[in-house]
Amino acid sequence: MSVETPLIGDFQPFPSASTEGSLAGVRVGVVTFPGTLDDRDAMRAVRLAGGTAISLWHGDHDLRGVDAVIIPGGFSYGDYLRAGAISRFAPLMEQITAAATGGSGALPVLGICNGFQVLTEAHLLPGSMIKNNSLHFLCRDQRLRVENADTLWTSDYAAGEEIVVPLKNQDGQFVADEHTLDELEGEGRVVFRYVGENPNGSRRDIAGISNAAGNVVGLMPHPEHAVEPGFGPDSSARGEVDLRGGTDGLGIFTSVLKKLVG
Amino acid sequence: MSKKFNIDTVANAEATPGQALPWAELGLKQNEYDRVVEILGRRPTGAELAMYSVMWSEHCSYKSSKLHLRQFGDKVTDAMKEHLLVGIGENAGVVDIGDGWAVTFKVESHNHPSFVEPYQGAATGVGGIVRDIISMGARPVAVMDPLRFGAIDHPDTARLVHGIVAGIGGYGNSLGLPNIGGEVVFDSSYQGNPLVNALAVGVLRHEDIRLANASGVGNRVVLFGARTGGDGIGGASVLASESFDDAKPSKRPAVQVGDPFAEKVLIECCLELFKASVVEGIQDLGAAGISCATSELASNGDGGMHVELTKVLLRDPTLTPGEILMSESQERMMAVVTPANAAAFEAIMDKWNVEYSWLGEVTDTGRLVIEWDGETIVDVDPRTVAHDGPVYERPYHRPVWLDGVQADSFKGSSPDLRAAVLELMSSPNMCSKDWVTNQFDRYVQGNTALAMPDDAGVIRVDEATGLGVALSTDANGRYSYLNPYEGARLALAEAYRNVATSGAKPLAVTDCLNFGSPEDPEVMWQFAETVRGLADACQELGVPVTGGNVSLYNQTGGVAIHPTPVVGVLGVFDDVARRTPSGWREDGQAIYLLGTTRNELDGSEWANLRGHLGGTPPVVDLAAEKTLAAVLVNSSRDGMIDAAHDLSEGGLAAALSEAALRFGVGARIGIDELCERDGIDPFTALFSESQGRAIVSVPRSEEVRFNDMCTARNYPTLRIGVVDTEKSALDVQGHFTLPLAELKEAHEGTLPKHFA
Repeated sequence: MSVETPLIGDFQPFPSASTEGSLAGVRVGVVTFPGTLDDRDAMRAVRLAGGTAISLWHGDHDLRGVDAVIIPGGFSYGDYLRAGAISRFAPLMEQITAAATGGSGALPVLGICNGFQVLTEAHLLPGSMIKNNSLHFLCRDQRLRVENADTLWTSDYAAGEEIVVPLKNQDGQFVADEHTLDELEGEGRVVFRYVGENPNGSRRDIAGISNAAGNVVGLMPHPEHAVEPGFGPDSSARGEVDLRGGTDGLGIFTSVLKKLVG
Repeated sequence: MSKKFNIDTVANAEATPGQALPWAELGLKQNEYDRVVEILGRRPTGAELAMYSVMWSEHCSYKSSKLHLRQFGDKVTDAMKEHLLVGIGENAGVVDIGDGWAVTFKVESHNHPSFVEPYQGAATGVGGIVRDIISMGARPVAVMDPLRFGAIDHPDTARLVHGIVAGIGGYGNSLGLPNIGGEVVFDSSYQGNPLVNALAVGVLRHEDIRLANASGVGNRVVLFGARTGGDGIGGASVLASESFDDAKPSKRPAVQVGDPFAEKVLIECCLELFKASVVEGIQDLGAAGISCATSELASNGDGGMHVELTKVLLRDPTLTPGEILMSESQERMMAVVTPANAAAFEAIMDKWNVEYSWLGEVTDTGRLVIEWDGETIVDVDPRTVAHDGPVYERPYHRPVWLDGVQADSFKGSSPDLRAAVLELMSSPNMCSKDWVTNQFDRYVQGNTALAMPDDAGVIRVDEATGLGVALSTDANGRYSYLNPYEGARLALAEAYRNVATSGAKPLAVTDCLNFGSPEDPEVMWQFAETVRGLADACQELGVPVTGGNVSLYNQTGGVAIHPTPVVGVLGVFDDVARRTPSGWREDGQAIYLLGTTRNELDGSEWANLRGHLGGTPPVVDLAAEKTLAAVLVNSSRDGMIDAAHDLSEGGLAAALSEAALRFGVGARIGIDELCERDGIDPFTALFSESQGRAIVSVPRSEEVRFNDMCTARNYPTLRIGVVDTEKSALDVQGHFTLPLAELKEAHEGTLPKHFA
């Protein structure tokens, strides 16, 4: 069974931000679990980037022919056990795991916040997330450095480029053993790093990582909340300070669309 | 007698008229119990007693406040009703915002539970108000939290701040609702009785409005969501309707426990029910649980309902029928469904893994009949439970101490203006609230156009057009203490001004009236004056009260809190792209002060810092507020201003500091001309809290047009400075220069120092 994720009332198809009609042919699935919160936001980000967003339901056994998958933020199953620990067993996660590990041409998968936690629980990405070292939920505009611009999800950025996107979570402290951390660093799989004060105690300031193939990326900050002028962070690493004008996160979504069209 | 629990049946009640019942322990007074007996023509059963006791509690019946609250209806003119789709009396009011869209919003209190158990008390406060919004057929889109604590350095304050802030965040963040504003106030008057008010706003299409009534004989009644447990039993009657007293045992079991995940699922599941049009009527379960839902649904509909209480799914099988009827377990809803839609209803429940149980059906008997194991344990006219509770005309009189307090005007000043501004901006009430608001998600849903620390929270409703709403809540307990009639008008004026400052046209009002014991005639006078003041002010400004909540008995021992009417104002934007932030950004823009400054330091934040509370609050001129709002809304719509910030607590000093810190951009300010024009000294210019004022930044190209408009409307304006991006300081020329780094450190350091 599929689910339509209503916005406020009925959702009107949003006019594509891009004039390249071909991008609109790329279908990006956004998964909804019980307790998922940022699913509609991720779908909006896909549309603003020019693609077509497809809603996917956790209980389905079918990826509906999508070209890429985003597992969005939220508190799936309330995060009452460990963040993402129950969601990883959803029927759809079996499909995603199989498709994401299929060698060359594997399905591009992005996990944002709770989605990142689900990906680590599903062992598509290494490491784990524990409670922020402040022990508080933290919402703030966060400066990041794109360490690896060669993944499917970051190719629209330049390596070393800085971006500002909102960070908002309770369990955002990335941890892994030293061997894993060294491996991630050595293989260039640290994709995003916090710049300035480490917001949550994450090891080596890591904000996001990829799998070895580069098709699976997870990050704690929320790029889907820095895609639309007027509704993003106040500041942007790319431009002037503007009232909620930051759109630095859009590149994540345009990256994958362009790769898939190409 | 029923087999399972020695249940008191109606037959048993008739057979044993002399049996004593614990009505006093359940909070009923002798005259109230006698009235129940009179209504029923016999003694009530245990279950009936439970229902009457919770539904006739102060919290549910408004028995002390009802007579006064009628003014909100009586003073509404036809013009004020223009945008009103649903008024007072339903779960929340509904306002038309155009293009077929409507907004529902309401503020409620969860004060007493939050003092007993701060995390769960605050969390379930958010949960309860959000369910009110869902029951109207709306998608909740934002929350706000006006909070009041005791002195910042009192040993118990940190416990409450940590628990309450984490509880609001833990629940609201997990629901995916952006928290877009609120208040954080510290005052020793709230020491043993913090105020935790929660506001929620939801959005719906006109045709989707749902009401709480059970109509259509034969339609089925279903309870769904979380199971019923032993938490919150008697919460409304016991906690919300009584003062705290050291001599009584802990009331922890009366506080409900929240499960935000269950509520998030409930939101999505209800929206799917609405979309599929499978519910005829819906009601959330809050205070008084099933007692409230069954009696209100029945009495608002065809008048009868038959319920089999053994069908209720329980967390704790040992609960008695009376406890089941009173339980305030969270995350539950009750709906009325036609038999034809039952299967569709069940399919949606199954999809979301939500448990449900069919409890009974709508009847036309005019009776609410509840059975347990086939025996009747409740047989009442539901109106007598839900609507015909006692109404008290509580005696009240003007406090004898008030003349003395009002005669004690504030006399202080400070020669060192620079030090005074730093002291003000680092004080508990004027300092940055980032430490609190950074624990709340303000981004989720992607429609937040303004949030803290701007004057109002702004949410986009329609992505295609930019149609949206602004919301602000305000109250000043100190002003209300000095003059409750004026205090209520001041609270409305400030919320109204804040919404207009953001650029939105004010449309409607919700209020949460927090007071001490109504049995104290002086407190009752404060309450009566507040309602009179607010109702008058709403009429003068042309904005109707659409709903709200009264919270009484906010006192510990014999000492009541300051009267605290929290007023929320909703405004509308044609396009939220036009919203105005509270800080300036562009170098060289002119800074104007709108309004007149008088020597009004009584009740001010500066007086508060000097431990003084006396005199009379600032004069409120609602005609002037209306003009100011029109100036601000038109300037925003026509692109004449780039920043606007209202002047309220802390006066011009606070407004200039906040406007500069908003984007970290400095300004050169001159106040000497202002002092000359208004006949005041520089200290008064900076710290007076005169109303009807705002500062704006105007692009050079718009200055002529802006001045012409203010002149045409005869509103006082004065160019007091210019934005200076080079300097990175607030430079009040001829008086002091304050580097923004120093101001920021003072402003942001206070809460972390006390709580981090």
